Amino acid sequence: MERVDIQAIVKERILVLDGAMGTMIQRYGLVEEDFRGSMLAGHHKPLQGNNDILSLTRPEVIKEIHLAYFAAGADIAETNTFNANAISQADYDTQHLTYDINVAAARLAREAADNYTAKEPHKPRFVAGSMGPTNRTASLSPDVNNPGYRAVSFDELKEAYKEQARGLMDGGADLLFVETIFDTLNAKAALFGIQELFDEQGKELPIMVSGTITDASGRTLSGQTTQAFLVSVSHVNLLSVGLNCALGADQLRPYLQVLNKNSPFFISAHPNAGLPNAFGEYDETPEMMGKQIEEYLQEGLVNIVGGCCGTTPDHIKVIADLTKKYSPRVTQTA
Amino acid sequence: MKDSKPLILSGLEPLVISPEANFVNVGERTNVTGSRKFLRLIQEGNYDAALGVAREQVEGGAQIIDVNMDEGMIDGKEAMVTFLNLMAAEPDIARVPVMIDSSKWEIIEAGLKCIQGKGVVNSISLKEGEEQFVYQARLIKRYGAAVIVMAFDEQGQADTYERRIEICKRAYDILVEKVGFPPQDIIFDPNIFPVATGMEEHNLNAVNFFKATRWIKENLPHAKVSGGVSNVSFSFRGNNTVREAIHAVFLYHAIQHGMDMGIVNPSLLEVYDEVPGELLTYVEDVILFRRPDATERLLNYAENVKGDRKTKTVDLSWRQQPYEERLSHALIKGIVAYIDEDTEEARQQLQSPLAVIEGPLMAGMNKVGDLFGSGKMFLPQVVKSARVMKKSVAYLLPYLEEEKKDGAAQARILMATVKGDVHDIGKNIVGVVLSCNNYEIIDLGVMVPAEKIVQAAKEHRVDAIGLSGLITPSLDEMVHVAKELEREGLQVPLLIGGATTSKIHTAVKIDPHYSAPVVHVHDASRSVPVAGELIGEGDFGARVKTEYAAMREAYLAKKTVKKLLPFAEARANALQLNWQEYKPVKPQLQGIEVFRDYSLADISAYIDWSPFFKAWMLKGKYPQLLADEKVGEEAAKLFAEANEMLTEIIEQKLLTARAVVGLFPAVADGETVTLKTWEGKDNVAFNFLRQQSSKAGGRPNLCLADYIAPQTSGRQDYLGVFAVTAGIGIEALISQYEADHNDYKIIMVKALADRLAEAFAELLHARVRREFWGYVPEEQLSNDDLIAENYRGIRPAPGYPACPDHAEKMILFDLLKVEENIGIQLTESCAMYPTASVSGFYFGHPQAKYFGVGKIGRDQVEAYAARKNITLAEAEKWLLPQLNYK
Repeated sequence: MERVDIQAIVKERILVLDGAMGTMIQRYGLVEEDFRGSMLAGHHKPLQGNNDILSLTRPEVIKEIHLAYFAAGADIAETNTFNANAISQADYDTQHLTYDINVAAARLAREAADNYTAKEPHKPRFVAGSMGPTNRTASLSPDVNNPGYRAVSFDELKEAYKEQARGLMDGGADLLFVETIFDTLNAKAALFGIQELFDEQGKELPIMVSGTITDASGRTLSGQTTQAFLVSVSHVNLLSVGLNCALGADQLRPYLQVLNKNSPFFISAHPNAGLPNAFGEYDETPEMMGKQIEEYLQEGLVNIVGGCCGTTPDHIKVIADLTKKYSPRVTQTA
Repeated sequence: MKDSKPLILSGLEPLVISPEANFVNVGERTNVTGSRKFLRLIQEGNYDAALGVAREQVEGGAQIIDVNMDEGMIDGKEAMVTFLNLMAAEPDIARVPVMIDSSKWEIIEAGLKCIQGKGVVNSISLKEGEEQFVYQARLIKRYGAAVIVMAFDEQGQADTYERRIEICKRAYDILVEKVGFPPQDIIFDPNIFPVATGMEEHNLNAVNFFKATRWIKENLPHAKVSGGVSNVSFSFRGNNTVREAIHAVFLYHAIQHGMDMGIVNPSLLEVYDEVPGELLTYVEDVILFRRPDATERLLNYAENVKGDRKTKTVDLSWRQQPYEERLSHALIKGIVAYIDEDTEEARQQLQSPLAVIEGPLMAGMNKVGDLFGSGKMFLPQVVKSARVMKKSVAYLLPYLEEEKKDGAAQARILMATVKGDVHDIGKNIVGVVLSCNNYEIIDLGVMVPAEKIVQAAKEHRVDAIGLSGLITPSLDEMVHVAKELEREGLQVPLLIGGATTSKIHTAVKIDPHYSAPVVHVHDASRSVPVAGELIGEGDFGARVKTEYAAMREAYLAKKTVKKLLPFAEARANALQLNWQEYKPVKPQLQGIEVFRDYSLADISAYIDWSPFFKAWMLKGKYPQLLADEKVGEEAAKLFAEANEMLTEIIEQKLLTARAVVGLFPAVADGETVTLKTWEGKDNVAFNFLRQQSSKAGGRPNLCLADYIAPQTSGRQDYLGVFAVTAGIGIEALISQYEADHNDYKIIMVKALADRLAEAFAELLHARVRREFWGYVPEEQLSNDDLIAENYRGIRPAPGYPACPDHAEKMILFDLLKVEENIGIQLTESCAMYPTASVSGFYFGHPQAKYFGVGKIGRDQVEAYAARKNITLAEAEKWLLPQLNYK
């Protein structure tokens, strides 16, 4: 199928990103055997909770979720690969499967996207290869008494991200999405690995980057202000820079305004469905979240918008309907 | 150049360098080639003091920190990495961008891998040729840094105006056109050379730098200019007054010519307007080479000026404050330099080390907490505050020990950050505070699984357990730990703390699962009174239980109902098995069979050893574990000892294994399975629960009763029930080991009895399939297959996810006369005693599988209570964890 250039479309209308993958997977009530499938039936460690492995062991579930989001009006599906890097997969001792997981996940999203693009050619669907932060931080020490210690090196991160990106590209992703960045050095390693890969493959994909503001001070976990974060990833010609997770839509707004003022790239936002309540559940309804997202749209803050933790196709449907009423943020070319 | 693009750098905060911004000064003291003191600190490995040098620079006004580790006596790469990583943990310093300064590419590259912000490389040049230059520039761009380019090429360093502009132009063109380097990220260093050296060829050194600077700014769009300023005054080393004046004058003119930034010691910099008139004239004459005898005149003047060293501009006024304020300031700013002396002063004033902790230190930490909460401090700073706190407490420890000598016996508190979570700042603070209050702390660290907490709690016989966690999944893990503690029969009070924890969550989710007191501790300062009351004699625990129960009820009364399927809809979506295609096998055993002393040797062959090792924290699968590189030796030793005890148990009949199994005709009706006697009379009914969550993809809402044929099917079906124990006689063994104070053997015998009970259940299940029921008479399975449950049928146990109501055990126990037949007792809460016991059901349908009932609604509970003929309140009591309403 001929691919449409996303760069052209994102100038014309606000694109809608899908919602949470984990929240949807939870609804299927999968058990250990589902995660193992026949392929990993004899694996020596429990696999329940390794959502990324489901692209191999329960692919129809993942595809069904992508289809549900496309049906709700999403333009871009994020692949089920948030933790599909060798560093995170090591928790389950499945790091040797990283490449395969990414290829499979990208293919599933690709099939779902092509399916909808064929059905609705006026609204082509895209696949963004999701690249999460890993479970280690390159610029923070996990040991209070040894602040100089690092549990992961730049090179280890770079190689892990590169392998993941290779799988995503080979599986047919349209974009690479380095997201939920809480330590900018991890993201820089990801961007470094991706560019090395592009050089080797002689081919490039647009890159989206999205950071996470973790607390009321408006900084990333590694301590950077939103603007410092933007500055630190601006050496790459990105499709978009944005913020996601950690906060709900209303708390995210002031930091999107900072990006709006300073970013030469398009801007994305995919907040959580509010803050988790005392029980770790997200209980912001699609309508509540929609109201806050509409403020972004009125202010012209974003080009790409969707949902993170706790959001569902119902949330995305509300967001997708709203975006039709507004025009995208105008990027000041630097 | 009005339309010049700014150079934007970042540390934790952005730094915009544009013509509108004033001159940006780069701190130079963290440079081993320029500072003997810094070199000495690095050589001695005194990184604390070395960081102090960096902090002093930033406090003194440096907007970028230059770090240089080029010294033959040290491993420059390692020193660079160590120092940058340490600097990253100091938010006061890390807020500014880093300049990685080295002549060795490998040090530069190692440094680039350590900084999350956008820094500057200082420097690269055409010295080694174009190829090398391009290679390095490409990588710097990829690492996301700006670059300083020295006016240096294959022929050498540029020392004239013409050479300077020739090299800079060439480098600029290569960078912009060939490498695609953003021009605003290119910073030229057109070489600052000393003036007033007495050598004629140096007279124009400053002037040529100024001219080259202007040319660059006018001819190389967006490029910036920098330089190492202190070089210019090199010939006046030792005379700081003159040097500072030279720096001031040089900078004043360089900035006029367009210099954007420079490496200076901001603590050793005079303000141009404050250079005394006479000195200003002499210096300006030299810098601008206004007269041939300028150097001579300045030298003469210099001899008259005593080098009265300028005092540093770092603000130390806080040192004048009373000690409370000083401690608070040190905590908030994360300054360790004076903490010992301030702590000592506080200790002398307050006459008690404990009073220092509970007074000024806690007050300071509370301020830190408030600032963090209101967004005025952020995490890395809080980490630093915690370090200052630790240092202060460490200073006080010997005094505390001294006081303790005549103190009361210590209570022991176990601390852990739960599995899946690595955050331990809060936990560590609480640990420190408690240990300062005469508690002995057993800290299990982070990512601690429930089993380990249970084991350590037993092993150390702790008086309380503190659980900590910061991320939301930790909330669930804490619930899990509480359940495990309950299951293991522990009665130790539980303290809950951490950023996402709350009193309401503790009351609603954790407290109901644990019969001992569970208390949410809001912050570290609360931990001492709470621990004291909990461990003390009073009724605090009981009061907390009551308070939390009230909170829970109030909360549940308010809570909006989560969307569940109405019970009627869940029932309509029940699993429909095809009873036409399946004919249940009639059991061989018709009634009850009792085994009063089953061969332990036979049972032991069915042991699944993996959970045994897991109980001892040796992770891995048996038998591969015994050959494991790391733990194999330990595992093998443990295995040998376990087998030794097992043999002893078997040979000396120290434990007795008993079982009772029954098979009965059964018929399902909705969620109820009614058993008949073999004579055809109604016997008892078991009541099961149905999943009520909404299901995707055509999945049914399961209930165990779905696996039994209903009346309408025309098929006669059967249900098995069983109870086994391997714990008869264990009390005698335990009290014997207790008398010997042999905890190891106590744990060992309990772990073995548990394994034997599970093995017995497995063995009996296999015999049921082959003989007593006989639906697979020729089943031949290895122990591995059994462990993997590769057989037909399931044996769910009351109280577990598929049939969560423990109370069903009462019916089961009556039916099989369990207590009478084999001696297992049921406690009030339907726990089995001895604990090494298993009871449950046998379902024989080939499609039967394990599942969890999950949350259920009031409609189902009402129907359930009606079926069981109990009150709604009684049903709710047993089903509390399942309820999704009120």
